[in-house]
Amino acid sequence: MSDLNRRSFIKTTGIAGGGVLIASFASVPPGVLAQTDDADLVSNYDLNAFIKVDSSGKITIYSANPEMGQGIKTALPMIIAEEMGAAWEDVTVLDAPIDETSFGRQSAGGSTTIPRTWEQMRKMGASAREMFLSAGALVMEVSKDELEASRSRVAHTSGRSMTFGQLASLASRQAPPPEDELMFKSRESYTIIGTSVSGVDNLSITTGLALYGIDTNRRDMLYAAYQKCPTIGGKVVRANLEEVKKMPGMIDAFLLSGNDNPRELMDGVALVGENTWAVFQAKQALDVEWDTSRASKDSWTAMVNRAQSLHGSRGDTETIDKGDVEDVFEDADNTTLEALYEFPFVSHFCLEPMNCTADYRKGSDGEKDSLEMWVPTQRASRQLEMCQRLYGLGEDEVTIHVTRLGGSFGRRTSNEYVCEAIEISKRMNAPVKLTWSREDSVRHDFFRSGGFQSIKGAVDNEGKLVAFENHFMGMETDGRPVSGARFRDTEFPVQNISDAYLSQTMFDIDTPCGPWRAPGSNTNAFVVQSFLNELAHAGGRDYVEFLLEILGEPRWFEPGNIRSLNTGRAADVISLAAEKSGWGRSLPAGTGLGMAFYFCHAAHIAEVAEVTVDADRNLHIDNVTVAVDVGPIINMSGATSQVEGSVIDGISTMMTQKITMEEGQIQQSNFHDYEVMRIGQTPSVDIHFIQSENHPTGLGEPALPPVAPAVANAIFSATGHRIRKMPFAEEGYTLV
Amino acid sequence: MVDLKVNGKTHAVDVPSDMPLLWVLRDVLGLIGTKYGCGIAQCGACTVHVNGASVRSCSTPLAAVGDGEVTTIEGLADGTNLHPLQQAWIEHDVAQCGYCQAGQIMSAAALLAENPSPTDAEIDLALQGNYCRCGTYNRIRKAVRSASEAGVAIFDPATEVTA
Ligand code: FES
Ligand code: FES
Repeated sequence: MSDLNRRSFIKTTGIAGGGVLIASFASVPPGVLAQTDDADLVSNYDLNAFIKVDSSGKITIYSANPEMGQGIKTALPMIIAEEMGAAWEDVTVLDAPIDETSFGRQSAGGSTTIPRTWEQMRKMGASAREMFLSAGALVMEVSKDELEASRSRVAHTSGRSMTFGQLASLASRQAPPPEDELMFKSRESYTIIGTSVSGVDNLSITTGLALYGIDTNRRDMLYAAYQKCPTIGGKVVRANLEEVKKMPGMIDAFLLSGNDNPRELMDGVALVGENTWAVFQAKQALDVEWDTSRASKDSWTAMVNRAQSLHGSRGDTETIDKGDVEDVFEDADNTTLEALYEFPFVSHFCLEPMNCTADYRKGSDGEKDSLEMWVPTQRASRQLEMCQRLYGLGEDEVTIHVTRLGGSFGRRTSNEYVCEAIEISKRMNAPVKLTWSREDSVRHDFFRSGGFQSIKGAVDNEGKLVAFENHFMGMETDGRPVSGARFRDTEFPVQNISDAYLSQTMFDIDTPCGPWRAPGSNTNAFVVQSFLNELAHAGGRDYVEFLLEILGEPRWFEPGNIRSLNTGRAADVISLAAEKSGWGRSLPAGTGLGMAFYFCHAAHIAEVAEVTVDADRNLHIDNVTVAVDVGPIINMSGATSQVEGSVIDGISTMMTQKITMEEGQIQQSNFHDYEVMRIGQTPSVDIHFIQSENHPTGLGEPALPPVAPAVANAIFSATGHRIRKMPFAEEGYTLV
Repeated sequence: MVDLKVNGKTHAVDVPSDMPLLWVLRDVLGLIGTKYGCGIAQCGACTVHVNGASVRSCSTPLAAVGDGEVTTIEGLADGTNLHPLQQAWIEHDVAQCGYCQAGQIMSAAALLAENPSPTDAEIDLALQGNYCRCGTYNRIRKAVRSASEAGVAIFDPATEVTA
């Protein structure tokens, strides 16, 4: 029976609400199967939406979530292969099409993919394994309990065995076992999970094969650039279109008027040509008149001034008031400290600039229009929704190919570069690749918002933390806080002490902001872990002891909720980082150790930086020791990569990066005015995992927040100089 | 119309002579392994070899290449035999997003062709113009070291032709 016929009688049973039933195995769309079905002499058999095995034993596992460097395209198939009993070398990973009914949520972000799909991937693998065992029992005429699946074979206790390839056809026709009867392998028996597996795209990456959105090439494709107003939100009045159209390689130039939504379409000038360079040249030659009367007037200088004037006061809105902090601060036996911390806006600076290829086709003879797109995106489902809302195109008319992402860090969650490509393609009635320049990618980013915290705390005469107060000054747009602009009452150490007061004042801005690797956490960690270190010092305390004392008895604030602080896990990572870094040893002058702990994204992480600083504030980070508890590790190589990458990203950002705006214009544009860390400045990173029995959780973000305070605390220990502002370059430090 | 030699093949290309090599490779010849990152010779994503030396193709006009032999990431392997650096990159699982890696490998290949056993400081110097947003630097250094220690003869079509 051909796959097509077989599929036609198996019903698809996606569940509403995003889950995926094991029985939804009719769901690999024809387009995907066409890649191999017709051409191959071997036959392919679907075990479920994620797994296909052919009669030669080749196993195809579909990766359904966007890969942006976080390693998900390797890690999720590893989980499936493990439970299935596959040998990893038999596995080929292919990208799944966008089909959330079959594959569940196909986004990535918030370090949630692993925790969200762990169960689902295990079920897919275990279900396929059971189908192979049932098939093996039938063919070998033995009882199923005497069989075991491993290394892509079904083996009987007698020693007889058959390969997955031999059993594939029959296995695919076995009923998938009920979900609640599925058994998972024990950790001790893992042969794939927890090992180091090289990324499945590494051969393509190292040989230069097309993977990224920017590499898309379609027949008769045109190239486009889009110029928006340098002052955020400006409207286009007129431009020298006729002149730029005459430039070499140019095909067309026209104005687009937007819907004033920076996440969709803003006004601008579209440039279409025969190649990217032609349109970039035309962009340089553009002379545009903008109407900025209603555009952003944001000014970083004004924000700094306002924050300084608010320092020491309480915010507009109280967010928590417990105990009586005033009383504690007034007690003469206590030592009270107060400080203003500052952190700037920063850019995502993904190395692959924003881009999208769209092919909008007008329907002929009353047929509906259709749209096919190649998009590096973290959230394809948002684009489906947008296509429906803005263009009246339903899921049947829209095909989205999610490409590999050349970095994202939260950036590729908006739709505007997609919308721009659609508009230009629609106008040209041809496939169009829109490429943003580096300058566009910096000036029109959705930035990590800057902010300020006026923070106050007290230690008693034994150096114990007794009160904590914070006035958070963050950004909001149209009355809503921007991504990460929050200081929650679950922020450490608020839950751990009896006297705490939190308030906030929000600054209204028009500069677009969005999620940036560990939103909120990446700045709150710097402020709180630096300030607690100030308090420990004021109380004459060792910082590790001080932290362990605040944590107190091992307890879980909301038992069973992995997103709540577990003080036992916290204490364990702090102690491990201290031990591995040689905390407490004596160091030469100008050298220091600094510790920071942070809990976010369900991850407990402690980091110790060792630094050497000279009289000219040349800063050498000798080493960063990291202790991590995110439960069991799936891919050891991928996990250490994420930790190393987060630490380096955190240092790079902390040292030099800062986006400023005046009169609504972003003042940075490329590498010459937005510095990034280079290979020679890279510290060694020494990583230790506590593989607790907890549910595995994501590691794309949480190792970043602790590094800046760890380095700041180390600088203090080496020099006595306290840094309360990022980037550290503004305090005169140079990373060497 | 000029002749451009890339990875051992000659292509007749009909584009303005001031067009940067990067866009000739990507948009005219379809060799998309070479990446655009900044366009101002700052990030190294566009690194290729011209006569064995590493250059930033985003800032190298076609006219400046002349009859030079261009090698891109697509031409680094010897047929199906990967360059030792490509092998090392896979063994050490260097890439995160991977976007910078073609440029990193090309810079490292030019280094090893000149200096088969570089020190860490020499590796840092040769790669200081190659930015990795994902922070894979420690693995890059390890991979270069292991490719150099492997002592495998370095195959570079460009240097072979000009030698
Ligand atoms: S694109 Fe050439 S150096 Fe960045
Ligand atoms: S691996 Fe992402 S930029 Fe280097």
